Amino acid sequence: VNPAGAGFAVALGLGAAGAVAGCLAPAGRRAVVVGVATAGCGVAAVAAGLAGMSGQGWALWLPQLLPLTGLRLAIDPLGGLFIALTGAVTVCAAVFGIGYTRGHVALCGRVPQAVFPLFVTSLLLVPAAAGVGTLLVAWESMALCSTLLVLTEHRRGPQVISAGRWYAVMTHLSLVALLLGMVGFATAAGGDSYSALRDAHLSGAGASAVFVTTLVGFTTKAGLVPLHVWLPRAHPEAPAHVSVLMSAAMVTTGVYGVVRVGLDLLGGGPGWWWLAVLCLGLVSALYGVLQACVAGDLKRLLACSTTENMGLAVVGVGAAGFLRAQGAGHLAGLALTAAFLHLVAHAAVKTVLFAAAGSVAQATGTRDLDEMGGLAARMPVTGTLFAVGALGACALPLGAGFPGEWLLLQALVHALPVGGTATAVVVPVAVAVIALTAGLATVAFVKAFGVGFLARPRSPGAAGASEADPIASAGLVLGGGVCVLLAVWPGLVVDRLSDAVASAGVPAASMDGAGLMLRLQVVSGSFGPLLLAVSVVAASGAAAVAVRFMHGGRVRRRARLWDCGAGAPTARMQYTATAFAEPLQRIFEDVLRPDADLEVAPHAESAYYLQRVAYRLKVPDRVEERLYRPVLNTVRRVGVASRRLADGRVHRYLSYGFLAFTGLLIGLAVTR
Amino acid sequence: MSTAGLLGALAQVVVVVAGAPLLVGLMRQVRARLEGRAGAGVGQPWRDLRKLSRKQAIAPIGTGPVFRAAPSLLLGTALVTAAVVPLASLRSPLDCGVDLFAVVAVLALGTTALVLAGLDTGTAFGGMGASRGITVLALVEPTILLAVLALSIPAGSTNLATIVAAAQQSPTRQLAPVSLLAAVALGVVIIAETGRLPVDNPTTHLELTMIHEAMVLEYAGPDLAVVELASAARLTVLLGLFTSLFLPWGVTSGLVGLPLALLLLVGKVAALGVLVAAGEVFAAKLRLFRVPELLAGSFLLALLAAAGSYFLTSGGLP
Repeated sequence: VNPAGAGFAVALGLGAAGAVAGCLAPAGRRAVVVGVATAGCGVAAVAAGLAGMSGQGWALWLPQLLPLTGLRLAIDPLGGLFIALTGAVTVCAAVFGIGYTRGHVALCGRVPQAVFPLFVTSLLLVPAAAGVGTLLVAWESMALCSTLLVLTEHRRGPQVISAGRWYAVMTHLSLVALLLGMVGFATAAGGDSYSALRDAHLSGAGASAVFVTTLVGFTTKAGLVPLHVWLPRAHPEAPAHVSVLMSAAMVTTGVYGVVRVGLDLLGGGPGWWWLAVLCLGLVSALYGVLQACVAGDLKRLLACSTTENMGLAVVGVGAAGFLRAQGAGHLAGLALTAAFLHLVAHAAVKTVLFAAAGSVAQATGTRDLDEMGGLAARMPVTGTLFAVGALGACALPLGAGFPGEWLLLQALVHALPVGGTATAVVVPVAVAVIALTAGLATVAFVKAFGVGFLARPRSPGAAGASEADPIASAGLVLGGGVCVLLAVWPGLVVDRLSDAVASAGVPAASMDGAGLMLRLQVVSGSFGPLLLAVSVVAASGAAAVAVRFMHGGRVRRRARLWDCGAGAPTARMQYTATAFAEPLQRIFEDVLRPDADLEVAPHAESAYYLQRVAYRLKVPDRVEERLYRPVLNTVRRVGVASRRLADGRVHRYLSYGFLAFTGLLIGLAVTR
Repeated sequence: MSTAGLLGALAQVVVVVAGAPLLVGLMRQVRARLEGRAGAGVGQPWRDLRKLSRKQAIAPIGTGPVFRAAPSLLLGTALVTAAVVPLASLRSPLDCGVDLFAVVAVLALGTTALVLAGLDTGTAFGGMGASRGITVLALVEPTILLAVLALSIPAGSTNLATIVAAAQQSPTRQLAPVSLLAAVALGVVIIAETGRLPVDNPTTHLELTMIHEAMVLEYAGPDLAVVELASAARLTVLLGLFTSLFLPWGVTSGLVGLPLALLLLVGKVAALGVLVAAGEVFAAKLRLFRVPELLAGSFLLALLAAAGSYFLTSGGLP
């Protein structure tokens, strides 16, 4: 029995069983049954993916199952990586989902519970697809399932419905682009299967057209600028366990698509493709993290950070393609390894963060950071795990995200001497943007953790918060454990990535990831995350012991905070999230263009006395305002104008029919 | 792991911890004399530390474990960087695991801990300092990494010992335009990172101008002693890093040259400290929103250095 195939079959079976259980199980036990089945599906997917990554390939063709092309499935190392990643995220999301949804009427409904395992199944099918038809069907079912899940809590308010609408439109835009690109590709290649596409060796303008069209489709799913607008809407409004799957697993299918089509099926292509991809990634990373810095909604902040991280991963992919086109294969492998490692770390980190944010939203009844505070004391488990995730998202050492960024920087640093002039221009800019992104990510996550979880509560909701459901916390602990493991032992993943990199058509990075040190082979460089973590912890521990020794067993005296003699500071005197990000917002005013509105109403008697001061601040998404609003407004205007065509008079409609018919006849008479 | 390396790293840590308050004292003394004051003497920071360490520790009401742990983490990160940067010895046992990127990130980790501590107090001062501190940290990052990039091109590696050894082998390269540009950029960044004028005033206690002091306002007694020692150690390590990268003479890989190397280190860092202090006498603090302009300037220099390192050092013009 092939382990990859068997595991995958079990995963699909459990997913289907979960969907059936979601329909049939009684409401009281629905969450548990569906959660257990979905978690099982995730475990089987991890096993299948790991088997695929170790080279135990598997392929299946069921010609009757899908019209025209048949269902083609295969697990190669590249697909295996994404199947394993999705599976691991699914396990955490499903366990968390049990605690998060049980006892909640809207979340425990038949539709959301039955669609959740189906969503997982479609997510697993995307990287396992080995033909254009199968890929498109899986892609569309992934879009449909996730749209349904985003709309789960549609009764909560119009913003949920609006988010669902934006998401549905954007995700179908992605499908249309993909349909055009992939069907065109299959036509040119004369076959539907990936092997036929690979053998076609498409080149020139045709290949570029396919690449650019599919790039639009894939980057929409990955949430890259300027196609990211659905992300900060859909992620916050979806239930937390769905946000986890969407942000940690679904967006990565976009990156998978770029790698699969660009590097594998089209075989690399010219350097300018990848230069464009790299620039797209840089712009997305910077724009995403800036939006995250000024976001006041915790889940919106996380969603914007997803755009940032996908941007960074795409920078790695772009660098890999570009370096390969330049003939620097070993560095290309390094860059692609970095991109994959970053995706894995991001998945772990976002699983924890979105799940923790869901627990917080449920406990406090708000997602607004300005109304939180003091949650670390009230929700110690959730708070600690959010800190672990936030550390991973900031790309600081001891965090899960650092090894991936370190590898990416190494690939870029060593690329500078080998490439041509284009490299000499792009690489310093890329390094600077990645560094700025890392710095701003620190701001965003210090804000999220520091304002949300530390100090004192800013609202009654936060003051009355209590620890989340134990099963939900268990899901968080699972994700947090993976984060810690990735932070101190990234070699565990890196060792298994070489086949995935090779099956993307890039020479695998020569790297000695074995053991606890990441040691690059052809170029010089090494990094020991465990060594670093141990030495930082040991040195800090020594310092803590020294402090304890200095105050020699005396108890710490509880004392009031410094209040300038004006009485104890109230919770309202604390810095809010908005205030915390204000300096940055001012510095990047030209990019962010915040709408600040200050209304001062002076007293009737004297202009020196104020009656009322109102201040409103909104930081809208500039891309949305500039790019989408005009299009939407035009569509709306056309819609309103065309309403005049249908004014309800029957003879008018009859005349339309008559005119259309005669027009057709005249047309036929002229052309025939 | 060699004995020489282990001893070297240990000696570096000891010298940094012992010498850091003296460096701060020296800089204050230089400023005092140039401003026409008598000054408190070079040993005053050590006397302050002794005084603080004898006091009772305070737990401000409403603060949590983050506030409690931040000083130790700040000092811990400073000690790790003191052990890994080739200040006197090229053979640090940590060198294989912690390169220049990691050193930069470890220092940022320390700052982040302090920023979180500032937020944990829940006072307006703490929040203000935290917000400003993290903004400066974020803006400094691109310059540092670009300077790292420029410096690592000639050595072909980002590992510190390799960079310093390569610089020792070709002393004339220190005068190349790329190296000078990187030195100026890194110098500005070090001033911003350590909270010196014109970015932050280390002696201020006026809330509108504070960055670092606002974050640590609630610390007292032994905690404050650790914070002060850690800031002094960070300043020393960063100045030492600067000397190792641009004036790498004396840094040794053996055991025999170690005492001399440590002496040279003390001399170089002291000279650099005197220079910085003397410069501060003539500088006024910048408005907070002018700081990004200064950092943008240093960023531009670093960008030139990085691009130039390709065109000039590798002779890579097509």
